[in-house]
Order: sequence, then C-alpha cells, then structure tokens
Amino acid sequence: MHTTTIIGLEVHVQLQTKTKVFCGCSTAFNPSNPNVQTCPVCLGLPGALPVLNGEAFRLAVKTAMALKCAISPYTKWDRKQYYYPDLPKGYQISQYDLPFSEDGFVELEPQETPEGTVPGRRVGIIRAHLEEDAGKNTHDETGRGLDSQVDLNRAGTPLVEIVSQPDLRSPSEARRYLEELRLLLTYLEVSDCNMQEGSLRCDANVNLHIHTDDGHKIATPIVEVKNLNSFRNVELALEYEEKRQLEQWQKTGQKIGDVAKETRGFDATRGVTFAQRGKEEASDYRYFPDPDLTPVIVSETYLDEVRQSLCEFPADRRKRLAAAWQLSSYDVGVIVGQGREFAEFFEEVAQLGHDGKQACNWVTQDVLREMNERGQTIREFPLRGAVLGNLLNRITQKQITIKSAREVFATLLSETHAGQVLSAQNIDQIIAEKGLALVTDTGAIDTAIAEVLAKNPKIVADFKGGKQGAIGPLVGQVMKAVKGADPAAVRNLIAEKIGQM
Amino acid sequence: MSTPGLPISELLSLLNSGKLTAVDLTQACLDQISRQDARVGAFLSVDPAASLEQARQIDKRRARGETLGLLAGLPVAIKDVICQKGTVTTCASRMLEKFVAPYDAHVIEKLRKADAVLLGKTNMDEFAMGSSTENSAYQVTRNPWDLERTPGGSSGGSAAAVAAQMVPLSLGSDTGGSIRQPAGLCSVVGLKPTYGRVSRYGLIAYASSLDQIGPFAQDVRGTALLLEAIAGADSRDSTSVPKDVPRYSQTLEQPLQGLRIGVAREHFAPGLDPEVERSVREALRVYESLGATLQEISLPHQKYAVAVYYIVAPSEASSNLARYDGVHYGHRAAQFDSMVEMYSASRGEGFGSEVKRRIMLGTYALSAGYYDAYYLKALKVRRLIRNDFDAAFQQVDLIATPVNPTPAFKIGELVNDPLAMYLSDIYTISANLAGIPGISVQAGFSSGGLPLGLQLLAAPFEEERLLRAARMLERETEWHRRRAPLAG
Ligand SMILES: [Zn+2]
Repeated sequence: MHTTTIIGLEVHVQLQTKTKVFCGCSTAFNPSNPNVQTCPVCLGLPGALPVLNGEAFRLAVKTAMALKCAISPYTKWDRKQYYYPDLPKGYQISQYDLPFSEDGFVELEPQETPEGTVPGRRVGIIRAHLEEDAGKNTHDETGRGLDSQVDLNRAGTPLVEIVSQPDLRSPSEARRYLEELRLLLTYLEVSDCNMQEGSLRCDANVNLHIHTDDGHKIATPIVEVKNLNSFRNVELALEYEEKRQLEQWQKTGQKIGDVAKETRGFDATRGVTFAQRGKEEASDYRYFPDPDLTPVIVSETYLDEVRQSLCEFPADRRKRLAAAWQLSSYDVGVIVGQGREFAEFFEEVAQLGHDGKQACNWVTQDVLREMNERGQTIREFPLRGAVLGNLLNRITQKQITIKSAREVFATLLSETHAGQVLSAQNIDQIIAEKGLALVTDTGAIDTAIAEVLAKNPKIVADFKGGKQGAIGPLVGQVMKAVKGADPAAVRNLIAEKIGQM
Repeated sequence: MSTPGLPISELLSLLNSGKLTAVDLTQACLDQISRQDARVGAFLSVDPAASLEQARQIDKRRARGETLGLLAGLPVAIKDVICQKGTVTTCASRMLEKFVAPYDAHVIEKLRKADAVLLGKTNMDEFAMGSSTENSAYQVTRNPWDLERTPGGSSGGSAAAVAAQMVPLSLGSDTGGSIRQPAGLCSVVGLKPTYGRVSRYGLIAYASSLDQIGPFAQDVRGTALLLEAIAGADSRDSTSVPKDVPRYSQTLEQPLQGLRIGVAREHFAPGLDPEVERSVREALRVYESLGATLQEISLPHQKYAVAVYYIVAPSEASSNLARYDGVHYGHRAAQFDSMVEMYSASRGEGFGSEVKRRIMLGTYALSAGYYDAYYLKALKVRRLIRNDFDAAFQQVDLIATPVNPTPAFKIGELVNDPLAMYLSDIYTISANLAGIPGISVQAGFSSGGLPLGLQLLAAPFEEERLLRAARMLERETEWHRRRAPLAG
C-alpha cells in the first residue's frame, strides 16, 4: 500500500491599492484605530452604492496575467449572501459564474538544492476573481461573556481569490507553490502578501489517494483546513492531515462521498487540526448579479496597456540570469527568490563587477548574511549595488585581492552609520588607509621571493621533491613582506623560481 | 385655494418679483400642514425651524441680487426613503425609526443647489413596498379627494401632500408605479424617469434595478422643473447615465408636431374600470384633435409583467434589506441569547408583514434549485418586455395607457388580498422592467368624483417628449385646476 496526497489551495490576496474596491476609503492596515477608514458605502448604510475602483481591477488583471489565466472580455459582479457581523451589507460583492479570469497555471520548476533535486510541477489555476474583503470581528476571550467587537476598516479592501487545481502532491510542494505565488505577486507589486497583516490568507483542501496492494485506489473524504496564517502552518497542518486521514481511514474505512466535506481549523500551538462547526456547511449563498454595478467589458486595448506595464516575471528572470551569467538553477533560485529589488541589486553588481559567478557568491553569501544579521531588507542595506559592483570590479581588474575586498566590505559596513549612503570614494579611502592595493611591482616581489627562498632551503627541497603543499608557508612569507601582492601570482612566481633553481 | 396650491409658474413669478418671499411660502406650507395633515397624514416629519431658515437664506440671497437656482425658494417634500443629512430617515419602518442619515442623497444635494426649501419627509409604504401607503409602520395616509380612500402608494404621502396643497412639489420613488399610481389617484402629475436618469445615491434601495426617484407637482411645469433640478449623472451611482439633461422647462410649451400615439390592446383588457377607460379614450380624442395620430400596437409580453416584477423586485429586496440586521444601525431586539437570535429577533420586530412577505418571496426565488426556474426565467421575460417596447417605439412616439385599473380604492379594502393589491400596478410595472420613462397626468374624474389619470410612456431618455405631450393635454383640459376639498 502507498498513498498520494492531493492538495488544492484557495488563496486570498489583498491588492495594494490606496483605496477600497468600491469606495474611496483608505486600505491602510490600521487595527489600533478601528472603524476610522469607513464611509456610507463600506459601512453598508442605507442608500449608499458601490463604484468599482479601476485601479483594483487593473491590479487584479495583472495578477491574472502573472497566473497565465485567460481574461474574460466580459465580467460581472455577484452578491454572495450570508449573515455575519463583519459583513455590513449582509452580502459580499464577489464574482460567481463569470469570474474575470480562469484557467491558468503556476510553474514550479525543478530545483537543484544542496539536498538534492526537487521535481518541478505545473500547478493549474482554476480561476482568479475579484471581491471585497469583510471586516474583522474580535470576540471576548476572557470568558466573561463581553460583547464582540467589529472593525470595518478592512471591509471593502480589494481581494483576489486564487483557486488552484488539486495538483499539489505534498505539504512541502504546497508551501513551494505559496512561496512562488507570493514571489510572483510581490514582484508585480500587486500585493505585499504580508500574512501577519492578513494580506495573504490560505485555505487548503486535502485528501489522500490510497493505493492498496490489491491494486485498488481509494480516496479519503476531502477536508478543508481554513485560515492558515503562515506558510509553515500550511505545511504543518497538511502533514498532520496526511497522518490523520490515513489513520481515520484505517479506523473507519470512510471514503470520499461517505461523509460531507469537513471544515477544520489548525491549532498551531498543539500542531493539530480540529473539526469546526462550519457556518459554511450546506449553506446556500443565493448568488445573483449585483444590480448596483454594471458589467465590465475588457477590451484588447486595455489588456495591451496592462501587459505593457508588467515587469519581468520571476520565472523569466531566473532563465535570463542563468543564461546571461552562467549560473546554476539553485543560484538563480536564491537570487530571484529574494524578491525583485534583490535581483536588481544582483544584476547591477554583476554588470559593474563584470563577473556573474563572483557577484552571485558575494550577493547570496556575504550580502544575504549581513542583511539577515542586521534584519534589513535589500532596500535598507547601506551598500548599493553600484558600490559593491565597483568593489568586485577591482577584483576582476586585479587591483585588489578577494581577501582585501572582504576587508573593504567589512570595513564599509562596520563604519557606516544609519542613513549613510556609501560610494566608490569610500572604497578608495579604505584601500588607501589599509594599503590594500595590489602590488604589481614585480621587482619588489622578485626581491622578496629571492630572500624567502634563500631562508628556507628545506621547504624548497620538499617542494622540489613533489610536496606541493609545502609552498604555502613561502607564499605567506612573501605576502607578509609585500603587502597587497596577489597571492595567486606570488604562488606562480615562487613555483616558477624554484623550477628554475 | 391656498398659496402652495397655486400653479408653479405663478408661484415662481411671485417669488421672483418679490411679491412672495420664500419664507412666506414656506410658512404657508407649514400652516397648511397644520390645518390639513391631521386628517391626511402625509408627513412623517417636519422641521419648521430648519425649513424657514433655509427659506430665509434664499430670500437674503435674492435680496442681494444673487442669481438663484432653478427652484428659487420653492418648498419640496421628500419621500422618507431618501437620505437627507441630519434628518431621521425611516422608510416608514420600525427598523429605521431612529436612523439619522449622516449624508445627503444626490437628489438632496441637487435640490440644495437649486435653492429648494426642504420641507419635510413624507409617508410611504414600508421600504416602498405597497400600493396604498397602508404598509407604513407609523400612520395611514388618506386620499385628500376622499378621506375614506387610499392615495395609492408607495409614494402616497408625497402625492397627497401636493394634492392637499401642503407643498407645491415633492419627490417620490417609483419601483413598479409608486409615483405614477398615486399621482393618478390623487390628481397630480407624477413622472418616473428613465432608469439611470436620476442618481439613486442616497435612495434607500427596494429593488435596485427598478428604483428611480421622480417628481410630483400640481402641474406639468412643476414636474418639468423639478425633474430638471434633480436629473443628471452622478459618479457615485454606477447605473446613472452620463447624458446631458435637457432644459425641460424651456421646451415645455412647444407642442409636438405629427405625434404618433400607440394604443396597446393589452391595456384595455377585462378588469379595467369603464370610467377609467372612458377617460383615457377621451384624452386620446383630445390628442387627435391636436393633430396626433393613434396607432394600435401590441405588447405581447405585457401579461407577464406583474409576475416578472414579483420575482425580480422581491429577489433584489431580499438582498437589499439584508443589511438591516441590528448589528451596525437600526432596530436591535432587546432580548436574544445568540447571534442568530439577535438577527432573527431584530428583523422579526423591525419589519412589517408585507416587507417580510417580499423578503421571503425573494429568498425563495434566489435559492439553490429555484434560481433558474424563477429568477433567471424572470430576467429572460423581462428582456422580452423591453423588446416589446423597443419594437413599439419604432412605430410610435408615445404609448398611452391607463395609470390604474380603477379609481382609488377604500382604505383596508385590499390589505388582506395582496394579489389584488399587486394587480393595481398592472399598467405601471412594465415601464420599470423596461427602464423606460412614464408620466401620469390628470385625465378626469369618476362619477363619484375620484381622480383618473392618463399614463404616457416613451423610449429611454425621452422625458422631454413626455412632458411636452402631457402639457398639450393639460392646456386643452381643466382637470389640473381642480383642487381637492380642504379642511377648515
Ligand atoms: Zn468606504
């Protein structure tokens, strides 16, 4: 017997418009001042009417383009009706049978990682539609039975719901899909995808296909795990479900269709999913077209305009960087995966430094390490790409050694104060102060080598006798004598000199 | 005749010449309300101090020689379904008994710009659902022509206020005939504009795809003036149409040449009161005498109009009224144990029985398993009804019909027979379904002295044609000069 895990994700992404999708209120995240970003429209006051925010629709279309969805030339708005205190109109304006986009995919490419190869997968997107967010209820958790509170600041924030096909085959793959999705949407600047602030939320549908030894395939009942608030929790909840559903099947033999689809929550502290008494169960939303809004006709000209405004997608960037700088899929994965600004930083460094591999090493190791230690984003990082590129170019041009460059890098970072913008002049200064300029005066190096060889006849003899490693201390002594000499060049010269002896 | 009952042209010239101030006129309206309204019951709320203050400001500006807006100090009563900032806006429902609108509807902004005096809020059927104003949670409005009878509805308060000379102009809303039907029953002029002609922003929705705000007046000129003041696009209403507003009041006196009037055989079917039919035929003869030609037309899907309406309107209403849940505003029950109970108790207490009936009808029609058979089917037939009109307006300029199948019925006569009540809108409903404009104009009286009206319908955005045609009839007849008997 073996099992296959079948996972499909429903992701809600808040679009980063300035104003709400059907009124002019701010969408800023402002939980400490409830109900201040509201107006008659998003409060659902009698007589107020929604008007579509064109910018929200444009960002939604960009999102759909990134998901390679087909965009419908005609789309409309429907009311999804249910009662809940965070839903002031008693219905949510959403899209039912004619979503503005359908049928796309997200490509997860095979990945070489230090741990081995992760297979690729094309994850189908069933649909992406635009809707309004609800407000937020806060319930009394003191057990004293106090009133619940409703904050409608969030009500009416534009939300794109992205529904994947059940194409994902493992919890880690689900996580990869979410990471790729977040990367895509932040690259396009359609959403900040901040899970803490709720601008990306995820529900997961999961069940198992059990292949028995006698050749049968049995599907377990589908479970929807709701409100997963971090990628880690998505993974943990799904891993838990894999175990739980198998055990459940072994205990009860229940198959899909035997019981209704179950809605479960995830308790992150205990690491378990738990059954929820779903308000969703057997609900009839009585969808119908919203008579307050007119349908949207999407022209080819409009789509062309939006297409023009798109930036390069992450997948395309990975391909381009790998080809342009001869980088491994792992390396471009790291660079592009850090976000658009980071990739742009890399490209600047590589171009100015005239060496992609070198730029990659520095950016993915030194820069990332420093960023993480400092808790900074690449935008906040004090060293601009142009400066680092300038520094690396000096290595390429053999003006300084890699070791010296690291010293300059460390000095630059340690001696900066907040807000200071470093320039190439700072590099010149440090090189001059520390005397790190590579000595190209072969006369001085020749003299030093002659002296060192004369002082170390035993090592010379060892080297001549075939002990390649013996040369190390000689190089060290020459380097000590001639500060700023290129160690590789010194090594070659010493070998050459000994050879002539 | 009391001052507010004077023809609009006369009132305007008195105001403009300084012989009558806006304060005097407003005071005359308020006096008339205190004399008449105890028996008519047209107004739900009046704020004399606020209205007089508005009038005083207008008079001051007139005295300074400033150019005033179109309405130049004319008082206007507002159906209590329209939000007016700072006033209680109840929709004649317990649900909104204490709801103070925090903003002005688009039409209220327009009226302020036109220098109207906002005189007060008028009674109506709760949430505009009804044809007799008997569904108000607060009071019964009586027909000034016969206090035993209904003024019609749902804008019965606005129609009765004008008919009883308590105000020269008023606003109503028309979802299935709620302006034209009471206009006809009260012998005033009422016009339902093309869907999209007047912004619905601030009109508390009954059925969003059918609702339109429109004017009531003693005469066609007042109707034209008030429509001109409130019409026009509004960026806050996605269904309002960005189309220039003609100067209706300027072209009003120009008769239409070569007018072709359509008469649909479906409109003269059994159930039509013979006196009503006679008055319509009489009006048609007047038009013929003015050079119009009559043409028989057919509106084959007219017979489905009431059925379609009672699926579409309640469906939208069931959704539009979901927001009255006692959470954020409006009535909240005092006793409940759970959230669901809070909803059901608040709504159960806050809504009257007709509103509940329509919410249930609509909820049913939109439910899974019924949607296709009811709502979707109704939308398809609605399209056919519109197509009938499109075809008809290829041949004719206007369609003439009765407004009501009978003169005003007695209060209480139909309250327990909702189907019969629904049929009283049989001639008006299809204009809402098709989105076309319609006007109700005085066309005589029954042998019992009850008003009878003529309805004219036109193609979308042909309000100017409706008004000019109505004015042609008005000039040839004296019906509009008759006034309902006043108390005291
Ligand atoms: Zn708002």
